Order: sequence, then C-alpha cells, then structure tokens
Amino acid sequence: MALLDFIHRLLGLQKPSATTAKERLQLVLAHDRSDLNPELLEQMRREILEVVQKYVEIDIDGGDVSLATEDRVTALVANLPIRRAKIGPAQQRPSPPEDTSSPSAARESSSAEHPSEAPTADPTPVDALDAASPAPSEGPPDHGEDTSSAKDHEEAAIQGNT
Amino acid sequence: MTPVTSAPARIILICSGKGGVGKTTLTANLGIALAKLGERTTVLDADFGLRNLDLLLGLENRIVYTAQDVLSETCRLEQALVKHKQQPNLSLLPAGNPRMLEWLTPEDMQKIVKLIAAQADYVLIDCPAGVEQGFKNAAMASQEAIVITTPEISAVRDADRVIGLLNTMNVAPVQLVLNRVRPKMVANQDMLAVESVTDILALPLLGLVVEDEQVIVATNRGEPLTLNGSATAAGKAYHNIAKRLRGEDVPLIDPSKERKGLRARLMNKLRQSGLF
Repeated sequence: MALLDFIHRLLGLQKPSATTAKERLQLVLAHDRSDLNPELLEQMRREILEVVQKYVEIDIDGGDVSLATEDRVTALVANLPIRRAKIGPAQQRPSPPEDTSSPSAARESSSAEHPSEAPTADPTPVDALDAASPAPSEGPPDHGEDTSSAKDHEEAAIQGNT
Repeated sequence: MTPVTSAPARIILICSGKGGVGKTTLTANLGIALAKLGERTTVLDADFGLRNLDLLLGLENRIVYTAQDVLSETCRLEQALVKHKQQPNLSLLPAGNPRMLEWLTPEDMQKIVKLIAAQADYVLIDCPAGVEQGFKNAAMASQEAIVITTPEISAVRDADRVIGLLNTMNVAPVQLVLNRVRPKMVANQDMLAVESVTDILALPLLGLVVEDEQVIVATNRGEPLTLNGSATAAGKAYHNIAKRLRGEDVPLIDPSKERKGLRARLMNKLRQSGLF
C-alpha cells in the first residue's frame, strides 16, 4: 500500500479498495444476471414512478430504482420517499352511491371517500402511512410537509436464479 | 486390463470463464492428488487449440494419439491414454491436437467421456476458457463442476457468468475453489475477502489456495506440487481439495494463519486480545 493511500485511508478519505471492488462487482453482476441494460432500467424507473405518482405524492429526486442481488437472486429495489398520500377523485375506493345519503356517525372517519369533502391531501391517511413505516420523528405527528421523511420500500423480485 | 468396478465414475468439469486463473494447474494437481489416494483418475484436456495440461503433468513428449483418433477408430482408448509414470492411477487424454480447426461436437465429447468413465473413478475435464462452444461441449459431457476463480473482479464476474450457464445446463453440484489468495492484501482490505466472493457467487467453497511461487517452479519442471508430498502451502491446499471431493471433512485453512512471520503472529495475538 502506498503511503499516500495509507494516509488517505487513515483520514477516512478513501474506502479500502476491496470494498470498492465488492460494490462494483455487485452492481455489475446485478445487471449481468438480469440482462437489463441501463436504458431499459431507466425506462422502467420512469414508468414505475408514473404509476406510483397516481396514488401518492413522491419525492422524485430522492427516489431510486435499482437492481440488487443476493444469493444469486436479483431483485428490483425501489426506494421512493412519500411526501403525502394523494386523496382525490382519481383515487377513491368504489363505494355504493347510497352511502352519501346515510347520516351515520360511524362514517365520519371515512370522510375521504367523499370527493367533495376531500379534494386534496387529507392528513388522516398520511398518518396511516406513517404508522406503517418506521417512525420518522419522535415528536407529535405533524401533518403536511414533514411527512416527506417517511420512506417506503417497494421490493419486487423480478428474476429467480439466473 | 483392470476389471471395471460397479461404482460409476464422477465426471467433473473444471472451469472458470476467464483464462489464466488456474484451471489447468488445479486439474493437474487434483488429478495427481486423487491418484495418490488410490482413485483411478483420467484428466481430459478439452482445450485442444491451446492445450497445456500435458506440459503441467510433464507428459508432453508422450502423447501419440488424441480423443479424435479414438473417435475415428484410428486407435483404441487404451493406446491414447497417457499413463503417468510415478502415479499410474492417473492418465491423460488430450481432446485433439492444435492443428485441428474445428471443435469436437457435443456428441463426440459425450461419447469420449463415456468411454473414459467406464474405466475410471474420476474424470476431470479441463475446460477451455470462455463461454463459447468449447465450454458448452465440455459442460454437456459433465455431471458436476468445480468453478475456480481468483479474488479479482474480472475473474469473479466471469465465474458468475459460467455458474449461470452451468445452472441452465443442469450441471450439479457446482463448487468453488478460490485461487491465488494473498492473505496480506486481504488483511489490508486491498483484496476481496473470501466471504465476499462466496457471498457474491453463492457457491459452497471446496478449497482455498494461497498465492504460492512454488506453483511456477512446479510448472517449470512438469511436476505438480501434489506429486512430492504436501510441503508447500498450495500443494497442501490441493491435497485438501482432493480429500473434500471424496467426502472427507477437512477444515479450510485460515489465510490469516498462513502468515508465519513473527510480526504477523504478534499482530494476530494483539487483535485477538481485543485491545484494538
């Protein structure tokens, strides 16, 4: 090991070359094994983001879709930080029309079902998303922009043994 | 002629994808080691364009016929097999000579391997580098495989490609030999660690061979390290691989323990003491 390398490593400026080698290998093998070229992967990434954006507002810049590989199984790993859930007419669950006319107290919690009452983001479902993922902050749940730190991992094994 | 025993021969492909990582050296040493253990072993050099197994075994001057001559019935198999003088349990058969322009067909390869297997306990096929026809022919004639690689990214990547192909060709089991490990560089994190390679390739480790200058000396002489005891680090490793192949439980060497220097031992002690 050259002296300069040694000093760099000592100062934490440079990773050991074995670590770099392992990372590079894992990346190149993930691509080799799946036969997906970067162009195709980019196209898939865009389309996945489009679909996800229909349902939740995501942080595009923080999003990452990549291939990971373990035990000769290659997985498509999408890491998409969710800003907030999109609750709008496009996303309502199919509900029978007579529900709107029934004045039931039990229905209060599902106000999001009414397109007129919840045209944009409703905090309630965002909380539900937060609860599902590891708690992003310790304080009382803030609604709005703070929920952007909640991250969801979507993993889909796209290939078995190659 | 010796009577044919009932147990079928194990037909093992030795391959790597990348050239120069130690396929032929492993084949020669493993062949000698198995022969010493009393196994009737035939090594088949499937690479006839660039055949070298004869050189490593010191048999280059004794080759008269090749597998092709057996197939064309120019000679009988017994005439084509070159017996090793010191280890008569070992014989070599070259697939062809360098003047041949075309590969043998997969059918030819299967036919010749079947013939050899009828009078052997082990058939080791030294596979040509690459993943093209030569590799495919050899793989199609094999039952199981040993993939050999070094801790370098190019070799590991090529090994991965070969493993993928072997899986689709139903060659199993596939085991790994990690060759030319430099313990000092691994300790300095300047060489891929053994676990990194086995994790990435997801294969059981059959053996670990440390970098050993004596391999070059042995090649110069045409006398594989396993021929003369197991005094060298690499020779010992090849012997252990032969034993594990036969099902013996031989613990893997710890590359860090191979450093015999006083300073290294002291450093190990210090590390174990947990002070650092």
